[in-house]
Amino acid sequence: MHDRGGWATAEPIVREDHELADWEVLMDAIFGALGARGVMNVDELRRGIESMPPEEYERASYYERWLYSVESILEEKGVLDR
Amino acid sequence: MSFEGGQRVRISGRSHGGHHRTPDYVKGKTGTIVLSHGPFTNPETRAYGHDGLPEQQLYLVALAGDTKDRVYVDVYEHWLEEAE
Repeated sequence: MHDRGGWATAEPIVREDHELADWEVLMDAIFGALGARGVMNVDELRRGIESMPPEEYERASYYERWLYSVESILEEKGVLDR
Repeated sequence: MSFEGGQRVRISGRSHGGHHRTPDYVKGKTGTIVLSHGPFTNPETRAYGHDGLPEQQLYLVALAGDTKDRVYVDVYEHWLEEAE
């Protein structure tokens, strides 16, 4: 499912860009900083996204998936705890 | 093993439990090498905090098909086999 960005659907594909919310820009910056500092890399980001339960993955927006992954990878590394 | 443009290849159909960049929908399919992107760190180990070395060649593969649309996919060398 993750390698096609979700399940097949008859719904039309949204082709317009949308304005990014502040938190989405921040999410991008946080991951950029973690990468630049060598804390986590993009392949770990992708693995974290793939570990989402399918129904949560479907429900989540693009940067919500990043947030889920960054939280779980940083928890795995002992940087964050819940 | 390395591949040249125009060479026929088969994408391995093996299953792989961990993170990997070969989409399920191209596994077991045949196609043609379009070009080599050069060597890249291996995401299969890098996804688990390793350095991803040794680097693997990454190829652009055009899947075989007789429709007017064509699927192009980037595939790492260790997922490719020579095809007839």
